[in-house]
Amino acid sequence: MVQGLYLLFGAASVVTALTLVLARNPVHSALALMACFLQVSAIFVLLEAPLLAVIQIFVYVGAIMVLFIFVIMMVDVREAVLQRFLPGSNLPALVLLVLLGTEMLVLVLWSGAFSVTPPPAGGEGIALRQLGTTLFAEYLLPFEVASVILLAALVGAIVLAQKEPR
Amino acid sequence: MVPLWWNIVLGVALFVIGAGGVLLRRNILVVLMSLELLLNSVNINFIAFGHYYADSRGQIFAIFVIAITAAEVAVALGILVALVRNTSTLRADDVTLLKG
Repeated sequence: MVQGLYLLFGAASVVTALTLVLARNPVHSALALMACFLQVSAIFVLLEAPLLAVIQIFVYVGAIMVLFIFVIMMVDVREAVLQRFLPGSNLPALVLLVLLGTEMLVLVLWSGAFSVTPPPAGGEGIALRQLGTTLFAEYLLPFEVASVILLAALVGAIVLAQKEPR
Repeated sequence: MVPLWWNIVLGVALFVIGAGGVLLRRNILVVLMSLELLLNSVNINFIAFGHYYADSRGQIFAIFVIAITAAEVAVALGILVALVRNTSTLRADDVTLLKG
């Protein structure tokens, strides 16, 4: 059951990702990316990480994609729709991509370490309480640094996007 | 229980598709969206390995990746709005200010 659902969501995420790259209109790309994020959050649920699934939907679909669509609304994308897009025009990049994919797959599937090793003891999943304790005790400093980075990025975005004073 | 290598294959597939978007597309907006896809495929691997070894640090690092991604998108879209206001182009080939 879980495996069937995983295959379904994985195939849907790959298809929507391909739509993102191949769509001519940036609005279609944004909608495809939104669908892809929803599939990935479903995969997070299957991997027993419900908190990450909710964060994925809130942050990516709720905040980041809305930001993208606002920017698409602000800039004129009609010129981008008209311009040519040929995937075969950049042959070295295509060869590099195929090499990268085959290298990762071959290294992972030949090593055997990922399919043979049984999971260590435990395996009853990660409790939310344990996750919160680890995040706010062991990783308190990175958490605070991340919040400062977010604040700096927001201020920087406002400064960058405002009109220059004359 | 999903075998671990399924997650890795899914992560590889999404990573290669996203890298293809970064390398092949010339629209800056689509390049930024493909970057989001790259970071998301890495998150799948983090959570899959954290689930496999029953370790909460995978999820914690995924949370940090999501936070840094939000910051990156905010700054990148601010730069993009300023760029479009000044040069009114969305093609990555036209933006070669640093080339000298």
